[in-house]
Amino acid sequence: MNFPSIAFYVFAAVTVLSALSVITVKNSVHAALFLVLSFFSTACLWILLQAEFLGLVLVLVYVGAVMVLFLFVVMMLDINTESIREGFARYVPVGLLVAITMATEMVLLIGARPHAQDLAPADPAQVARMSNTAWLSQALFSQYTLPFEIAALILTVAVVAAILLTLRRREGTKSQNPGEQVRVKASDRVRIVKMESSQPAQVPSQPAAQAPDAAAPEKAP
Amino acid sequence: MTITLGHYLVLGAILFSIGVAGIVINRKNIIILLMSIELMLLAVNINFVAFSRYLGDAAGQVFVFFILTVAAAESAIGLAILVTLFRNRRDINVAKIDDLKG
Repeated sequence: MNFPSIAFYVFAAVTVLSALSVITVKNSVHAALFLVLSFFSTACLWILLQAEFLGLVLVLVYVGAVMVLFLFVVMMLDINTESIREGFARYVPVGLLVAITMATEMVLLIGARPHAQDLAPADPAQVARMSNTAWLSQALFSQYTLPFEIAALILTVAVVAAILLTLRRREGTKSQNPGEQVRVKASDRVRIVKMESSQPAQVPSQPAAQAPDAAAPEKAP
Repeated sequence: MTITLGHYLVLGAILFSIGVAGIVINRKNIIILLMSIELMLLAVNINFVAFSRYLGDAAGQVFVFFILTVAAAESAIGLAILVTLFRNRRDINVAKIDDLKG
Protein backbone atom coordinates (compact mmCIF):
# COMPACT_ATOMS: atom_id res chain seq x y z
CA MET A 1 0.00 0.00 0.00
CA ASN A 2 1.43 3.33 -0.99
CA PHE A 3 0.95 6.56 0.85
CA PRO A 4 -2.08 7.92 -1.11
CA SER A 5 -3.99 4.69 -0.45
CA ILE A 6 -3.31 4.88 3.28
CA ALA A 7 -4.31 8.56 3.28
CA PHE A 8 -7.52 7.72 1.43
CA TYR A 9 -8.50 5.04 3.91
CA VAL A 10 -7.73 7.25 6.90
CA PHE A 11 -9.69 10.22 5.56
CA ALA A 12 -12.58 8.03 4.42
CA ALA A 13 -12.76 6.33 7.82
CA VAL A 14 -12.76 9.69 9.62
CA THR A 15 -15.46 10.99 7.28
CA VAL A 16 -17.75 8.00 7.76
CA LEU A 17 -17.26 7.77 11.52
CA SER A 18 -17.89 11.46 12.07
CA ALA A 19 -20.95 11.30 9.80
CA LEU A 20 -22.26 8.45 11.94
CA SER A 21 -21.62 10.53 15.04
CA VAL A 22 -23.54 13.46 13.52
CA ILE A 23 -26.75 11.46 13.30
CA THR A 24 -26.43 9.58 16.60
CA VAL A 25 -24.95 12.04 19.07
CA LYS A 26 -27.27 13.59 21.66
CA ASN A 27 -26.03 17.15 21.78
CA SER A 28 -26.70 19.28 18.70
CA VAL A 29 -23.53 21.30 19.25
CA HIS A 30 -21.49 18.10 19.17
CA ALA A 31 -23.33 17.06 16.01
CA ALA A 32 -22.38 20.34 14.34
CA LEU A 33 -18.75 19.90 15.36
CA PHE A 34 -18.70 16.34 14.02
CA LEU A 35 -20.15 17.65 10.78
CA VAL A 36 -17.24 20.10 10.63
CA LEU A 37 -14.83 17.17 11.01
CA SER A 38 -16.66 15.28 8.27
CA PHE A 39 -16.48 18.23 5.89
CA PHE A 40 -12.82 18.79 6.66
CA SER A 41 -11.76 15.23 5.95
CA THR A 42 -13.83 15.28 2.77
CA ALA A 43 -11.91 18.38 1.73
CA CYS A 44 -8.70 16.40 2.34
CA LEU A 45 -10.08 13.64 0.11
CA TRP A 46 -10.81 16.13 -2.66
CA ILE A 47 -7.29 17.50 -2.43
CA LEU A 48 -6.13 13.89 -2.70
CA LEU A 49 -8.15 13.75 -5.94
CA GLN A 50 -6.25 16.86 -7.11
CA ALA A 51 -9.34 19.02 -6.89
CA GLU A 52 -7.47 21.55 -4.79
CA PHE A 53 -9.68 24.54 -5.47
CA LEU A 54 -12.87 22.77 -4.42
CA GLY A 55 -11.19 21.32 -1.35
CA LEU A 56 -10.19 24.79 -0.20
CA VAL A 57 -13.61 26.19 -1.07
CA LEU A 58 -15.22 23.45 0.99
CA VAL A 59 -13.10 24.43 3.98
CA LEU A 60 -13.67 28.16 3.51
CA VAL A 61 -17.37 28.12 2.69
CA TYR A 62 -18.58 25.18 4.73
CA VAL A 63 -16.29 24.94 7.72
CA GLY A 64 -15.79 28.68 7.80
CA ALA A 65 -19.26 30.02 7.12
CA VAL A 66 -22.09 27.52 6.98
CA MET A 67 -21.06 25.47 10.00
CA VAL A 68 -20.42 28.61 12.04
CA LEU A 69 -23.97 29.64 11.13
CA PHE A 70 -25.21 26.24 12.30
CA LEU A 71 -23.32 26.56 15.57
CA PHE A 72 -24.67 30.08 16.01
CA VAL A 73 -28.26 28.95 15.59
CA VAL A 74 -27.83 25.83 17.73
CA MET A 75 -26.33 27.85 20.56
CA MET A 76 -28.81 30.72 20.21
CA LEU A 77 -31.93 28.59 20.42
CA ASP A 78 -32.84 27.07 23.74
CA ILE A 79 -33.68 23.56 22.63
CA ASN A 80 -35.41 21.04 24.82
CA THR A 81 -33.36 17.92 24.08
CA GLU A 82 -35.69 15.46 25.80
CA SER A 83 -38.80 16.13 23.72
CA ILE A 84 -36.72 16.13 20.54
CA ARG A 85 -35.06 12.82 21.29
CA GLU A 86 -38.30 10.96 21.93
CA GLY A 87 -38.94 8.20 19.43
CA PHE A 88 -35.24 7.92 18.64
CA ALA A 89 -35.05 4.22 19.59
CA ARG A 90 -38.26 3.50 17.72
CA TYR A 91 -36.94 4.83 14.42
CA VAL A 92 -33.46 3.29 14.63
CA PRO A 93 -34.42 -0.13 13.15
CA VAL A 94 -36.28 1.46 10.24
CA GLY A 95 -33.42 3.86 9.58
CA LEU A 96 -30.83 1.09 9.72
CA LEU A 97 -32.89 -1.10 7.39
CA VAL A 98 -33.32 1.67 4.82
CA ALA A 99 -29.71 2.79 4.99
CA ILE A 100 -28.15 -0.67 4.83
CA THR A 101 -30.40 -1.75 1.97
CA MET A 102 -29.61 1.40 0.05
CA ALA A 103 -25.87 1.20 0.67
CA THR A 104 -25.78 -2.48 -0.33
CA GLU A 105 -27.64 -1.77 -3.56
CA MET A 106 -25.37 1.08 -4.51
CA VAL A 107 -22.19 -0.83 -3.64
CA LEU A 108 -23.39 -3.79 -5.71
CA LEU A 109 -24.05 -1.47 -8.61
CA ILE A 110 -20.60 0.07 -8.31
CA GLY A 111 -18.94 -3.33 -7.96
CA ALA A 112 -20.61 -4.63 -11.10
CA ARG A 113 -17.78 -3.25 -13.22
CA PRO A 114 -14.73 -3.24 -10.99
CA HIS A 115 -12.35 -3.08 -13.93
CA ALA A 116 -12.14 0.01 -16.09
CA GLN A 117 -12.42 2.12 -12.95
CA ASP A 118 -8.80 3.12 -12.59
CA LEU A 119 -8.33 6.83 -12.26
CA ALA A 120 -6.21 8.40 -14.97
CA PRO A 121 -2.60 8.48 -13.78
CA ALA A 122 -2.17 12.15 -14.65
CA ASP A 123 -4.35 14.93 -13.41
CA PRO A 124 -6.39 16.35 -16.34
CA ALA A 125 -5.45 19.87 -15.31
CA GLN A 126 -1.77 18.97 -15.45
CA VAL A 127 -2.28 17.37 -18.85
CA ALA A 128 -3.57 20.75 -20.02
CA ARG A 129 -0.52 22.37 -18.36
CA MET A 130 -2.59 24.42 -15.96
CA SER A 131 -3.23 24.53 -12.26
CA ASN A 132 -6.50 23.09 -11.05
CA THR A 133 -7.88 26.56 -10.35
CA ALA A 134 -7.05 27.84 -13.83
CA TRP A 135 -8.46 24.70 -15.39
CA LEU A 136 -11.70 25.03 -13.47
CA SER A 137 -12.06 28.75 -14.02
CA GLN A 138 -11.52 28.36 -17.75
CA ALA A 139 -14.59 26.14 -17.91
CA LEU A 140 -16.51 28.26 -15.42
CA PHE A 141 -16.03 31.59 -17.16
CA SER A 142 -16.39 30.43 -20.75
CA GLN A 143 -18.82 27.55 -20.96
CA TYR A 144 -20.73 28.16 -17.75
CA THR A 145 -20.91 31.94 -17.55
CA LEU A 146 -24.68 32.13 -17.42
CA PRO A 147 -25.02 29.51 -14.66
CA PHE A 148 -22.32 31.38 -12.75
CA GLU A 149 -24.34 34.59 -12.90
CA ILE A 150 -27.48 32.73 -11.91
CA ALA A 151 -25.60 31.37 -8.91
CA ALA A 152 -24.76 34.94 -7.94
CA LEU A 153 -28.45 35.81 -8.26
CA ILE A 154 -29.40 32.85 -6.06
CA LEU A 155 -26.99 34.02 -3.38
CA THR A 156 -28.47 37.54 -3.52
CA VAL A 157 -31.98 36.14 -3.18
CA ALA A 158 -30.80 34.01 -0.26
CA VAL A 159 -29.33 37.04 1.50
CA VAL A 160 -32.53 39.04 1.03
CA ALA A 161 -34.69 36.11 2.13
CA ALA A 162 -32.63 35.35 5.22
CA ILE A 163 -32.63 38.98 6.34
CA LEU A 164 -36.33 39.44 5.62
CA LEU A 165 -37.26 36.30 7.51
CA THR A 166 -35.38 37.22 10.65
CA LEU A 167 -36.08 40.98 10.58
CA ARG A 168 -38.47 42.26 13.21
CA ARG A 169 -39.45 45.61 14.64
CA ARG A 170 -39.14 45.77 18.37
CA GLU A 171 -41.23 48.04 20.54
CA GLY A 172 -39.34 50.77 22.31
CA THR A 173 -36.27 50.89 20.13
CA LYS A 174 -35.31 53.92 18.09
CA SER A 175 -34.43 53.50 14.45
CA GLN A 176 -33.92 55.66 11.41
CA ASN A 177 -36.27 55.75 8.49
CA PRO A 178 -34.05 56.13 5.42
CA GLY A 179 -37.01 56.87 3.13
CA GLU A 180 -38.05 59.90 5.12
CA GLN A 181 -34.45 61.01 5.43
CA VAL A 182 -34.08 61.01 1.67
CA ARG A 183 -37.41 62.75 1.04
CA VAL A 184 -36.64 65.67 3.36
CA LYS A 185 -36.69 69.22 1.90
CA ALA A 186 -34.85 72.36 2.92
CA SER A 187 -38.07 73.87 4.25
CA ASP A 188 -38.32 71.03 6.74
CA ARG A 189 -34.92 71.81 8.17
CA VAL A 190 -34.59 75.63 8.26
CA ARG A 191 -37.22 78.22 9.13
CA ILE A 192 -36.47 81.90 8.37
CA VAL A 193 -38.08 84.17 10.92
CA LYS A 194 -38.60 87.88 10.21
CA MET A 195 -37.80 90.10 13.15
CA GLU A 196 -37.35 93.77 13.70
CA SER A 197 -33.83 94.76 12.87
CA SER A 198 -33.06 97.67 15.18
CA GLN A 199 -33.42 97.36 18.88
CA PRO A 200 -31.31 99.24 21.38
CA ALA A 201 -29.15 97.07 23.54
CA GLN A 202 -30.25 97.43 27.11
CA VAL A 203 -27.95 95.04 28.89
CA PRO A 204 -24.51 95.02 27.25
CA SER A 205 -23.35 91.93 29.13
CA GLN A 206 -25.92 89.74 27.31
CA PRO A 207 -25.59 90.42 23.58
CA ALA A 208 -26.57 86.91 22.55
CA ALA A 209 -30.09 87.24 23.87
CA GLN A 210 -30.76 90.15 21.54
CA ALA A 211 -29.47 88.62 18.30
CA PRO A 212 -32.19 87.76 15.78
CA ASP A 213 -33.02 84.09 15.99
CA ALA A 214 -32.67 83.04 12.38
CA ALA A 215 -32.59 79.28 12.44
CA ALA A 216 -35.05 77.04 14.16
CA PRO A 217 -33.60 73.91 15.79
CA GLU A 218 -33.24 70.98 13.42
CA LYS A 219 -36.16 68.67 13.28
CA ALA A 220 -35.06 65.09 13.22
CA PRO A 221 -37.34 62.78 11.31
CA MET B 1 -3.30 -1.52 -4.69
CA THR B 2 -4.31 1.87 -5.96
CA ILE B 3 -7.40 3.89 -5.27
CA THR B 4 -9.93 3.62 -8.06
CA LEU B 5 -13.12 5.44 -8.93
CA GLY B 6 -15.05 2.68 -7.17
CA HIS B 7 -13.50 3.53 -3.81
CA TYR B 8 -14.80 7.09 -3.99
CA LEU B 9 -18.21 5.96 -5.23
CA VAL B 10 -18.53 3.49 -2.35
CA LEU B 11 -17.59 6.25 0.08
CA GLY B 12 -20.24 8.49 -1.49
CA ALA B 13 -22.83 5.69 -1.27
CA ILE B 14 -22.08 5.10 2.41
CA LEU B 15 -22.26 8.81 3.24
CA PHE B 16 -25.54 9.18 1.37
CA SER B 17 -27.01 6.22 3.24
CA ILE B 18 -25.89 7.74 6.53
CA GLY B 19 -27.68 10.92 5.54
CA VAL B 20 -30.88 9.03 4.74
CA ALA B 21 -30.65 7.13 8.02
CA GLY B 22 -30.14 10.41 9.85
CA ILE B 23 -33.33 11.81 8.35
CA VAL B 24 -35.29 8.72 9.40
CA ILE B 25 -33.78 8.48 12.89
CA ASN B 26 -33.84 12.15 13.92
CA ARG B 27 -37.35 12.89 12.81
CA LYS B 28 -38.01 15.34 15.62
CA ASN B 29 -34.89 17.47 15.53
CA ILE B 30 -34.97 19.83 12.58
CA ILE B 31 -31.34 20.91 13.07
CA ILE B 32 -30.06 17.35 12.68
CA LEU B 33 -32.39 17.01 9.68
CA LEU B 34 -30.67 19.97 8.02
CA MET B 35 -27.28 18.45 8.86
CA SER B 36 -28.33 15.14 7.28
CA ILE B 37 -29.31 16.97 4.11
CA GLU B 38 -25.86 18.56 4.09
CA LEU B 39 -24.31 15.10 4.43
CA MET B 40 -26.29 13.81 1.46
CA LEU B 41 -25.22 16.79 -0.64
CA LEU B 42 -21.63 16.13 0.39
CA ALA B 43 -21.92 12.53 -0.80
CA VAL B 44 -23.21 13.71 -4.17
CA ASN B 45 -20.35 16.19 -4.39
CA ILE B 46 -17.81 13.43 -3.71
CA ASN B 47 -19.24 11.48 -6.64
CA PHE B 48 -19.07 14.54 -8.88
CA VAL B 49 -15.44 15.26 -8.03
CA ALA B 50 -14.44 11.61 -8.47
CA PHE B 51 -16.12 11.38 -11.84
CA SER B 52 -14.59 14.67 -12.91
CA ARG B 53 -11.13 13.24 -12.17
CA TYR B 54 -11.99 9.92 -13.81
CA LEU B 55 -13.32 11.42 -17.03
CA GLY B 56 -10.89 14.35 -17.11
CA ASP B 57 -13.80 16.73 -17.51
CA ALA B 58 -14.06 20.06 -15.70
CA ALA B 59 -17.86 20.00 -15.80
CA GLY B 60 -18.08 17.82 -12.72
CA GLN B 61 -16.10 20.24 -10.60
CA VAL B 62 -18.05 23.20 -11.97
CA PHE B 63 -21.23 21.44 -10.88
CA VAL B 64 -19.81 20.90 -7.41
CA PHE B 65 -19.20 24.64 -7.28
CA PHE B 66 -22.86 25.33 -8.09
CA ILE B 67 -24.10 22.70 -5.65
CA LEU B 68 -22.03 24.31 -2.91
CA THR B 69 -23.60 27.68 -3.75
CA VAL B 70 -27.15 26.36 -3.68
CA ALA B 71 -26.52 24.33 -0.53
CA ALA B 72 -25.14 27.38 1.27
CA ALA B 73 -28.21 29.40 0.26
CA GLU B 74 -30.47 26.55 1.32
CA SER B 75 -28.96 26.18 4.76
CA ALA B 76 -28.98 29.95 5.32
CA ILE B 77 -32.69 30.19 4.49
CA GLY B 78 -33.46 27.01 6.41
CA LEU B 79 -31.79 28.34 9.53
CA ALA B 80 -33.57 31.69 9.13
CA ILE B 81 -36.90 29.84 8.96
CA LEU B 82 -35.83 27.88 12.02
CA VAL B 83 -35.10 31.08 13.94
CA THR B 84 -38.50 32.59 13.08
CA LEU B 85 -40.18 29.29 13.95
CA PHE B 86 -38.48 29.27 17.33
CA ARG B 87 -39.45 32.90 17.92
CA ASN B 88 -43.10 32.15 17.28
CA ARG B 89 -43.44 28.81 19.05
CA ARG B 90 -40.55 28.60 21.56
CA ASP B 91 -40.03 25.04 20.34
CA ILE B 92 -38.61 23.36 17.26
CA ASN B 93 -40.19 19.95 17.57
CA VAL B 94 -41.13 18.90 14.04
CA ALA B 95 -44.02 16.76 15.25
CA LYS B 96 -45.74 19.80 16.73
CA ILE B 97 -45.62 21.83 13.54
CA ASP B 98 -49.07 20.86 12.30
CA ASP B 99 -50.84 24.19 11.92
CA LEU B 100 -51.65 23.49 8.30
CA LYS B 101 -53.28 20.15 9.24
CA GLY B 102 -51.55 18.42 6.37
